[in-house]
Amino acid sequence: MARRYLPVVAFTVLLVAIQLATRFTGTPYHLTQLTMTAYYSLIIVGLCMLIGYAGQISLGHAGFFAIGGYVTAFLTTFNLKLHPGGIVSLLSKSGVLVARLDAYGGDLLTVHPWLACGIAILLTVVIAYLVGGPVLKLKGHYLAMATLGFGIIVYRMVLGTEFLGAADGISEVPGFPLLSGMVITGNSSARVSNYYLAWGLVILGMVLLLNLIHSRVGRALAAVHGAEDAAGAMGIPTARYKLHTFVLSAVFASLAGVLLTHYNGGIGPSEAGVMKSVRYVAIVAIGGMANLWGALSMSLVLNYLSLRGYFGTYDDAVFGVILILIMLFAPDGLLRRHLLSDLKRAVSPNPAEEEAP
Amino acid sequence: MTLLSVRGISKRFGGLQAVNDLSFDVATGSIKALIGPNGAGKTTIFNLVSGFLPPDSGEIVFGGAEIHGMSSCEVAVRGMVRTFQHIRLFPKMTVLENIMVGRHVHSRAGFLAGMMNLPFTWKEERRIREKSVEIMEMLDIVDHAGTEATSLAYGQQRVVEIGRALACEPKLLLLDEPAAGLNMRETNDMGRLISRIREMGVTVLLVEHDMSLVMKISDEVIVVSYGEKIAEDRPLAIQKNREVIRVYLGDDEC
Repeated sequence: MARRYLPVVAFTVLLVAIQLATRFTGTPYHLTQLTMTAYYSLIIVGLCMLIGYAGQISLGHAGFFAIGGYVTAFLTTFNLKLHPGGIVSLLSKSGVLVARLDAYGGDLLTVHPWLACGIAILLTVVIAYLVGGPVLKLKGHYLAMATLGFGIIVYRMVLGTEFLGAADGISEVPGFPLLSGMVITGNSSARVSNYYLAWGLVILGMVLLLNLIHSRVGRALAAVHGAEDAAGAMGIPTARYKLHTFVLSAVFASLAGVLLTHYNGGIGPSEAGVMKSVRYVAIVAIGGMANLWGALSMSLVLNYLSLRGYFGTYDDAVFGVILILIMLFAPDGLLRRHLLSDLKRAVSPNPAEEEAP
Repeated sequence: MTLLSVRGISKRFGGLQAVNDLSFDVATGSIKALIGPNGAGKTTIFNLVSGFLPPDSGEIVFGGAEIHGMSSCEVAVRGMVRTFQHIRLFPKMTVLENIMVGRHVHSRAGFLAGMMNLPFTWKEERRIREKSVEIMEMLDIVDHAGTEATSLAYGQQRVVEIGRALACEPKLLLLDEPAAGLNMRETNDMGRLISRIREMGVTVLLVEHDMSLVMKISDEVIVVSYGEKIAEDRPLAIQKNREVIRVYLGDDEC
């Protein structure tokens, strides 16, 4: 019980140490990429739940990220002042719209970010159920291809839709105000608070998922992953459990899309790209598939390096290479579960174990 | 009293009539064995009864309700649980965890309750664990509780699979060749275990090739050949049945 949360404490300490390090070395600008890394990590841990624990692959999670990001970006930038009507005044009276000034001092009337976020998540849930229902009947390569197809559809749709900014995407997305007066925004003055807020959300997500994998549902998912027909024969509704996990991971991706879009102040079609989905899968794979902490730590390192531009123009290629190498040499991932205990056994074999017949 | 009643079920795979208009009853509290030469359709019958395959026609009534066309999951929820000819334990899970999965239908924590780690789930988890330990003690496998189930010896894996099924507290337990791959001593133990399971109040339907085991523990035996029932009787009578002898050993004339 307590052991489950021990790494949470360790990880929190690490995050504080990183922040202090940037402070004392005078490099607080690193926090911007680290905050973005946090939001990407939210997708990773959700996807890790789906791939590692429920045993279902998705090559379309950038699509769910984009659905979240684009819905909130559109709703919080679309000027309702230019479209007056009964519905707009009704919405305005109910207090779900906000008036603000745009970059050039013009009047803007847009949907409040909270409502936009709610709509984005709701839409994601509906789409995830509609897509996941039929698609999760497939297995292995077929499931990978079908989810890949979903990702491509979302990508082509945002790329080809005029009111979503086509190839330019949507910019001028406002910050996301929180109850405490804090705002999710990329302003350098709010760097530290945003860093802690984003990673706080990741830790909250981790706690929820860790609880889940140690629950009755987590055990059932492991059973479905291991021997689906036998799990069904034990009374586990396998299709429903797979679908719920798919939707759950889609919500993680979508929420990450919403918040990162507000943080960045915009979103472009590359966020929906297939290479993004491949990257997420690669990070889950190198993290050890069924290892939330492995996936999270790999996400922290690789996303940070990528966002800081260490991979240069080979950015996508690096993740492709990672995926190939992992599949070839360590299909259980680099940071697979039980790695530590296995290493320990290799270094100092337990004599009692050797004597046993 | 009849727990399971199979009425005229048929199943065809392309040109093969795997099961043809087959009917039989299983009485509550009995041990019934299903035997027949290889390819007679025994496993298909099991799959039809347990919801793994839908029958083309016919009715299956279990505990008073029609269950044909239901999924294996719905059938399990109603109290009919099966084991597999080729052992299907959950890999990368311990013996204890495997058996705990068997408690699924008797617990209710869902996705939200699990994620929130709600207090009622703690109590439920404790009960699941206690019940699973109880079952392991009964089966004498409690020493292996923390061992990865698929790393056990074959005979022990069989016992774990039965333990997992018992954790569901089934009304009817379907055993698909429980003695396959077991040596003589293990087969004897298995026979005693099956008799004990019946004494616990669980009705048993089994498919088995080991005739001495079948004759020793069963109350009734059904013999199938080419998907049709050719005999249904007490074990002693089955042994003397001319048709059964012909199917197993061939005609005298040739």
